[in-house]
Amino acid sequence: MSDPITRPGVAAPRDGADPTGTSERPASATERGIGRLGDRKKARLDELARASADKGGVSLVRDAFRRLRRNPVAMFGAAIVAVFVLVAIFAPLLAPHDPAQRFDELTKNLTVDSIPGASSDFPLGSDPLGRDFLSRLIYGSRQTLFVGVFATLIGLALGALIGAVAGAFGGWVDNILMRLTDVMLALPALLLAISLVAMASRSSQWTVILAVAIVNVPIFARLLRGSMLAQRESDHVLAARALGVKQRSIVLRHMLPNAMTAVIVQATLTLSTAILEAASLSFLGLGDPDINRAEWGLMLGVDGVRYFEVRPELAYYPALAIIVVALGFTLLGEGMRDAIDPKNRR
Amino acid sequence: MSLLDVRDLSVVFQRRGEQSFTAVDKVSFSVEPGQTVGLVGESGCGKSVTSLAIMGLLPRRGNKVTGGVLFDGTDLLQLRPNDMRDRRGRDIGMIFQDPLSSLNPVVPIGVQVAEVLERHRGMDRKAALKEARELLDAVGIPDPNRRLKEYPHQISGGMRQRALIAIALACKPRLLIADEPTTALDVTIQAQILTLLKQLVDETGTALIMITHDLGVVAGLCDTVNVLYGGKVVERAARHELFARPRHPYTHGLLNSVPRLDSPRGEPLHAIRGSVADNIPWAEGCAFAPRCNNVVDACLEGTPPLESTATGGDLRCNNPVSEEVAVP
Repeated sequence: MSDPITRPGVAAPRDGADPTGTSERPASATERGIGRLGDRKKARLDELARASADKGGVSLVRDAFRRLRRNPVAMFGAAIVAVFVLVAIFAPLLAPHDPAQRFDELTKNLTVDSIPGASSDFPLGSDPLGRDFLSRLIYGSRQTLFVGVFATLIGLALGALIGAVAGAFGGWVDNILMRLTDVMLALPALLLAISLVAMASRSSQWTVILAVAIVNVPIFARLLRGSMLAQRESDHVLAARALGVKQRSIVLRHMLPNAMTAVIVQATLTLSTAILEAASLSFLGLGDPDINRAEWGLMLGVDGVRYFEVRPELAYYPALAIIVVALGFTLLGEGMRDAIDPKNRR
Repeated sequence: MSLLDVRDLSVVFQRRGEQSFTAVDKVSFSVEPGQTVGLVGESGCGKSVTSLAIMGLLPRRGNKVTGGVLFDGTDLLQLRPNDMRDRRGRDIGMIFQDPLSSLNPVVPIGVQVAEVLERHRGMDRKAALKEARELLDAVGIPDPNRRLKEYPHQISGGMRQRALIAIALACKPRLLIADEPTTALDVTIQAQILTLLKQLVDETGTALIMITHDLGVVAGLCDTVNVLYGGKVVERAARHELFARPRHPYTHGLLNSVPRLDSPRGEPLHAIRGSVADNIPWAEGCAFAPRCNNVVDACLEGTPPLESTATGGDLRCNNPVSEEVAVP
């Protein structure tokens, strides 16, 4: 009944909406237009398929790195670490003066209750012995990085060795090694480090590095042993055994690499604690006795504390440097943990 | 002679100070070359433990395996660990249930396939990778060159299972044990994987032990079927015989509990009452007795023996479902 009325009404806007298509070309032209549109879509699909096919395999590391890059907190930590490493590497270029040199213009103003402050030549002023404070701070990053990295690497190597052996063999080997690490873990870290340094006949920076490394050995050992044991029960290790893979390959190829992720993340976190522990030892006067060596913990502990009422900056800046660098490694380490953890994988 | 002859295989889990538990109780079955044999049952009836015992993959401590597993005349249970290791992957392959966790997450697919070839066929890495490419191609993985370099988490579930099959078949084993190979996959992929398995088994003449709880898989693939309950074989029959005339009440119940598309809307699903866990540790009588509709007094007094039936199968039941009753 309503047809005669509605039909033209429906037809009318259609005509209006497509004036060019109907007026300029006959009806068959629109069909060709649709065909062309289809062709174009097909071409785009082909292009997309090619683009995605050419991508190739993505490696696990790159995959983790991509996830890390999307984490702003981790990138903030990475930025701190990067700046710190760059400063350490380019310290000779960045520092305005030799960190060990005593300057006459500074020493002549030096008294018990006054230490020269900032001047145009010495941006952060003098330290209690008339040396350039800024240069010493910049050179201190080298020392901190050196101690932190070596202490962590040595601790990681020893700990990973113990943990891998314990986890791979199990049984009484595991029992003996783990009871030993338990003993070490039972002692407070700093107390253990202090005792180890005190045991050395002559302290040098290597005694500090070794002490901090040994403190971290049981942590790495326990961690790796735990994840090795978990790997031993895992399906893919069972599958590898079902294929007759030799014990050595099972441990080295199937268990260890999978167990290492936790340890690598722990290593980044350990870098920050190693830096803190090394600084603590220097602070307590157990570090390198060489007074010319610029070291943040030493600067904080000796100069900073002694002259705190005269010039508190002597304590502030090294303390700030230690805190910021430790924070950087912690943030980066936690970001890495999130990125590498297979459970976060989509 | 059969390729694999499992004789009175028992696995007892025993822990100090705890009651021992018989997971597999005198299971016997044999597999002919090129044949597909199904091990069917609910979770916890001993299917997987049986397969692990055949492969010698049970933990060294805490269990006791008795009986015999004769593979081509050699008792695998008597082999020294090193000799058994040489046979695993070369003579007997195995496919596991969860393809993601069964692949090493930090090693590219190609290396995992190549590893078996290097181990058992003495190939160098380059030749092994070339062969791996062909294997991946053979199991229907598209673009194998790219997949070789990819890690397990980067490929789909179906492709992972195909990769696992490629690994298991890499050394052309004479026997393949598939432990619920399709459980972790969705239905369309399941069908593809089963078709692939069937095709590969037909092509290479590999014998296949199919462990599953999925009767659809059994119907599509197996020549003979062993129904396990409580660690014992309760019924053994040729596939058609089993589906046409299930004799054991458990088999009957299993077949009945498969939902059917053509049943009326209002009809409730048929479940076997109770669960396997209801009767652990198993008492004197038939393990299925507490759940059985056909239970008679004799069932509670002792386990009935496994007896041959007129149709060439075996049955362990005092009061079997009558032969006339076919599954609707």
